[in-house]
Amino acid sequence: MTSTAPLLQMKGIQKSFGHVRVLRDIDLEINYGEIVALIGDNGAGKSTLIKIITGVYTPTAGEIYFKGERITPRDVRASRALGIEAVYQERALAEQQELWRNVFAGHERTTFLGFLDLAAQRRETEQLMRSRMGLTSQAITVESEVGSLSGGEKQGVAIARALYFDADLIILDEPTMGLSITETERVLNFTRSIRDQGKSAIFIDHNIFHVYDVADRFIILDRGRIAERFLKSEVTREKLIETMVALHEAGELT
Amino acid sequence: MTTAGAKHPTPSAAPGRAFFHTYRFQISIIALLVALYVIFIIRAPGTYLSFNIYRSFMISIPFFGLMAMAATFIITLGEIDLSFPSAAGFSGWVFTASYAATDSFMVALVLCLATGAVIGLINGLLVTKIGIPSIVATIGTMFLWRGLVNVVTAGHGIPISQITSSPLHALFVGQVFGKIPAQFIWFVVGSIIMGLFYKRHWFGSHVLFMGDNAASARMMGIHVDRVKIICFVIMGVSAALSVVFIVNQLTFFWASTGDGYLLTTLAAVFIGGTSVFGGKGTMIGTFVGVLIIASLEPGIIAIGLTGFYTQFIYGLLITISVAIYALMLRRSD
Repeated sequence: MTSTAPLLQMKGIQKSFGHVRVLRDIDLEINYGEIVALIGDNGAGKSTLIKIITGVYTPTAGEIYFKGERITPRDVRASRALGIEAVYQERALAEQQELWRNVFAGHERTTFLGFLDLAAQRRETEQLMRSRMGLTSQAITVESEVGSLSGGEKQGVAIARALYFDADLIILDEPTMGLSITETERVLNFTRSIRDQGKSAIFIDHNIFHVYDVADRFIILDRGRIAERFLKSEVTREKLIETMVALHEAGELT
Repeated sequence: MTTAGAKHPTPSAAPGRAFFHTYRFQISIIALLVALYVIFIIRAPGTYLSFNIYRSFMISIPFFGLMAMAATFIITLGEIDLSFPSAAGFSGWVFTASYAATDSFMVALVLCLATGAVIGLINGLLVTKIGIPSIVATIGTMFLWRGLVNVVTAGHGIPISQITSSPLHALFVGQVFGKIPAQFIWFVVGSIIMGLFYKRHWFGSHVLFMGDNAASARMMGIHVDRVKIICFVIMGVSAALSVVFIVNQLTFFWASTGDGYLLTTLAAVFIGGTSVFGGKGTMIGTFVGVLIIASLEPGIIAIGLTGFYTQFIYGLLITISVAIYALMLRRSD
């Protein structure tokens, strides 16, 4: 999984909205095949940073490199084309549509005149279900409506779909929010599968236990700056929590 | 994947049940149509066992049937178009006025369809680029185009009786095999094409996905605005094509041409099981819905009730069918 350039590199990223500086001097790297946790309180700048990577916002200053090349994604479609995909829990899937229609939304396999290659879409969806989505229950078929899946299964579908269409960097924004323990475990396994395939993920979650379980590296954001960086080998879960609490209290004082 | 249902282990998933579940909307509406015709044939065998009544259905159904098929795309998006009767009116005026002026069926046809397309395009742009909710935007354009017809005709009709001599006239409203009205063939072929585009083409897939979850569709890289605009254009062109059938059949253009089709057309879509919330619908449902709506009025009279019952029975059927669909959707959650 080594490469000369990191998968994603951000240098000196700044973002202001009017006079409000939301991000200052962000330098960060994501390497191939690693899961990086982005942690921080509400308002620390996590979601702004994500929106810059996915092209929703343009940074006020700074440079972004993806696979060694300078990029300036202008919208979500452009960043997806590069191989950056965000998976949002509530926005990923269309619940009343069949599993196969969801998997191929925006990536339809077509034959003549743009008509769908239904056989190929169903076959590939079936393979994905068995190999990547963890949908082994006989009760679920490619024709099942996505609304009939559990929350964790839906995350699995969204992640498997992103990997299938060659995303190299998958951004998971609070993927375990509101899920039960078994469902959360399912999502964490899907997240590990991203790394197993040599792809990378940015994992955002409020729950330090989930984050600690799955990530290789931790970046703590605090009021628009990167406050701390840890490798998993250099930090215990307790130390991570202590750092968060200390930053939180410092924030309360200022 | 037709065996998918069969692999299902629980009793509720026997192949028959799975088939019924998948096609529950289509099966319900076809059952309704069959039930109605059983009643009609038992009560009025003389009328319903002769070909004449079916021939008159085949003449009049295309006047609104294609518009119902096109409206299915728009309603699946979770949008609505109230302006298509006025679009038919103004395109119909363009057809008759340009035919009267040039004596060319072809010129009249091209200008008419182009007018329908532009009217649809304007609706689409108002909804997507200016951001007016479609129900509001199309109330505006509904008055706009009908008002313009009133202005340019001063309320007078335009006769085009000489159009029957044009060879293209027969292509639209002539007789096929001596007894099938040509417009019915157009309606059936148009419906099949729209049906294929709805469930088996990337375009329909995008429409369904957008109607279900627009934010997700945008994230998946679907060109949301473009798809929506195309749906309104299809609606406008369908209204224009429908009015070609109407003015050729009547060989006359009235300033009110197209009026009166609004609620029956939308009723056909809703009876057909398309959800007003978007993301769910069937073209077979709309097709059968059109047949039901068209059969009701003559059927009510043929079985011996007075015409005063027509609206009441429309109301009864529409209300009951949408209530049943709502219950079906709730149970499948």
